Amino acid sequence: MAVHAPAEARRHVSRLAINRLGLWLFLLSEGFLFAAIISSRYYLQGLNRPETLNQVLGLGITIVLIASSLSAYRAETSAAHGDQKGFSRNTLATIIFGALFLVGVSIEWREAFHQFPPYTGFGTIFFTMTGIHAFHVLTGLLALGVVFFLGRDGRFTKGASWGVEGTVKYWHFVDVAWVFIYPTLYLVN
Amino acid sequence: MALLPLVRGLSLGAVGFLLGGGLAAGIRGLMGLDPWSAEPVIVVGYVFGLIGWLLGVGLWGTWAREWLGLAPKKDHVHDWRRYFRFCTDHKVIGVQYLVTFMVIMLLGGLLAVLMRVELMQPGKTLMGPGQFNNAMSLHGILMVAVAVATIMGGFANFLVPLLIGAEDVAFPRLNALSYWIIPPVAVLLLATPLMGGFDAGWTAYPPLSVINAPGQTLYLLAFLTFGISSIVGGMNFLATIITLRAPGMSWSRLPIFVWSIFAAALISLTATQFVAYGLLMIILERVAGTSFFNSAQGGAPLLYQHIFWFYSHPAVYIMILPAFGVVLEVLAHFSRKPLFAYKWVVGAFLSIVVLSFFVWAHHLFTSGMADYLHLPFMVTTELISIPTGVVFLAGLGTIWLGRLWLTTPMLFALGFLFNFLIGGITGIFLADVPTDIQLQDTYFVVAHFHYTIMGGEVFAIMAGGYYWFPKITGRMYNDRLGKLHFWWMLVTYNLTFLPMFWAGVQGMNRRVADFPPELAGVNLFASIASFFLAASFVVLVYNLVVSWKRGPVAAANPWRARTLEWQTTSPPPLENFPAEPQVMGSPYDYGVPGSVHSRPGIAGGAQEVKHAQG
Repeated sequence: MAVHAPAEARRHVSRLAINRLGLWLFLLSEGFLFAAIISSRYYLQGLNRPETLNQVLGLGITIVLIASSLSAYRAETSAAHGDQKGFSRNTLATIIFGALFLVGVSIEWREAFHQFPPYTGFGTIFFTMTGIHAFHVLTGLLALGVVFFLGRDGRFTKGASWGVEGTVKYWHFVDVAWVFIYPTLYLVN
Repeated sequence: MALLPLVRGLSLGAVGFLLGGGLAAGIRGLMGLDPWSAEPVIVVGYVFGLIGWLLGVGLWGTWAREWLGLAPKKDHVHDWRRYFRFCTDHKVIGVQYLVTFMVIMLLGGLLAVLMRVELMQPGKTLMGPGQFNNAMSLHGILMVAVAVATIMGGFANFLVPLLIGAEDVAFPRLNALSYWIIPPVAVLLLATPLMGGFDAGWTAYPPLSVINAPGQTLYLLAFLTFGISSIVGGMNFLATIITLRAPGMSWSRLPIFVWSIFAAALISLTATQFVAYGLLMIILERVAGTSFFNSAQGGAPLLYQHIFWFYSHPAVYIMILPAFGVVLEVLAHFSRKPLFAYKWVVGAFLSIVVLSFFVWAHHLFTSGMADYLHLPFMVTTELISIPTGVVFLAGLGTIWLGRLWLTTPMLFALGFLFNFLIGGITGIFLADVPTDIQLQDTYFVVAHFHYTIMGGEVFAIMAGGYYWFPKITGRMYNDRLGKLHFWWMLVTYNLTFLPMFWAGVQGMNRRVADFPPELAGVNLFASIASFFLAASFVVLVYNLVVSWKRGPVAAANPWRARTLEWQTTSPPPLENFPAEPQVMGSPYDYGVPGSVHSRPGIAGGAQEVKHAQG
């Protein structure tokens, strides 16, 4: 009884439009979470930045994550056009980029444990920010995995690919959040 | 087996807890730490246990199966057992919220009575200072949850779709999820005494909240989980109100209660993330050894207070805006007059939403915050009394020269105006920096916020409860008992809390189990009055329970009100309206010649409308 039959007949705004609105509201809400996290960095640490940060790795994982947004976009477009092959290929690429990003973050964490452990001022901020963001990446990867397997079974067709669209929009959001986190951690000085 | 989903939820929750707890212990063992440290095991175990509980109670069958490409199962239960299941009908969810939070309110009230027993005389009466602080903290968070969720979760769920002529909310399964997150919250909070309790108050300021008993961690997890429910609920109401209004239900014809929920939902959607982050910081501090609040490592305890109040001040508007909505609704219908200054009230609601994000630091006037921040936050705080005053004046304008029908709900709405006036005016002394420095952390503050939230919102909850009781249950309450409850509660409420202003000015500190002997008289008086206040709830509960079972069957529209919820049967059918209603005009134009709010839809007509639009 999730949706009663007459509801479909009675609705004046399409289900797709309602889903889109709901997702945007959720992303707005999540934006406040990242705003809180970023503001706490400036409140506690100001513009302080340790010289021991691995700048090459930081830039590397940023590029990988931005690349994943491109393939995610291509996956969404392919699904919307009913291009089964393109969808599978690009979703898989996105998952691989996302996983690479997480590998990069874990290497970063191994180094950070020695340079600025979680009990230090900068370490507190660094581990919290990257940790909460990595958790979002992980949930995005899970959703992409679900979408990937459902899509291989042919669940998304031309004009009926909200599952892909919603997941990809969330993925873009996680990327945009990183675009704010990256300069906050690595660049300000 | 009616309770099978609950059993499934509990067992999967237990499995999840063991799995998560084992995982945490394993990781700690691998890292060379003591594997059985209680708090990390509890935190990770709880996260897994929560997921297990939700999957077992219904998330798996109705939803998660889809993620694996399986068909979701339909639940065909239509009798009382719906109330114990993952049901997506907004009316069932509304009743689930109302009953749950009614019980929590009674528990929180019982704690308040225990505290008043302790405060009857100087020295130890019933419990020591530690137990008193635990009781005070638990009372605080239980009542905050009641204040946030009774109207937003209970009345709004039951009524918003009805008031806008919709069949359900925009996301019915998320709606059910937002309710079924609540039982773990209640279990955690009621389990805190087993783990040493938590004595840092509901505000949980560090450094105390970082170093006290493990009960604090249960509290943090509970509040965090409750926040998720709040965010999901806010999102759902916004999407519902934006997209599911019946034809003709334009924004300027929206019932004022719906507007108040819209405004409050904006706050709970966004600000709640801040408190989630604040609580998470304390959990990390306790479990992962971070240094957010440890100044030796560059941390700052004030960070928590900023983050916490950035949510928790707007949160009082999540509590009071829907209360304004209920009261204005009741005042208009029982004054038989158009709602005074409707558009100004809508503007006031939205200005309150915006301003509420710029007042938080008035909670930090005495915390050691930079002095230059005092003036701007004093000004913004006093500014917010302008839209609040508009709402209050709209209430007075509505009853002015009206033909008042003094039913029980109307009496409670008028009681709201009386109490809220006192609560509002005493707030000015706390917004002003010079007086606040004197009054902060005294019973003046206790009296002020109880006048706004208990004298205000709880009176509004009672007004709404009696007003919509026939719609929700299909039965009529006993009006004489209702009026007895009102007068009993109004008098004993004021006898309890009015003296506290005086005690606060005399220097009676809040959050302490003991006080100087000079204050014995006023405290004894407030305590005795509070016992009579508590007894008034016996009348309420008796009336509600007996009427629900044996009260006279209610008509569809016992109040002859114009809004849409009364234009269908009591209680409404599964689809709310046999056919979609058409909205023609304002809901409040009582006595305006020729004005019509709505016209019932024609069965099958909805299809034609859709074709015409498509």
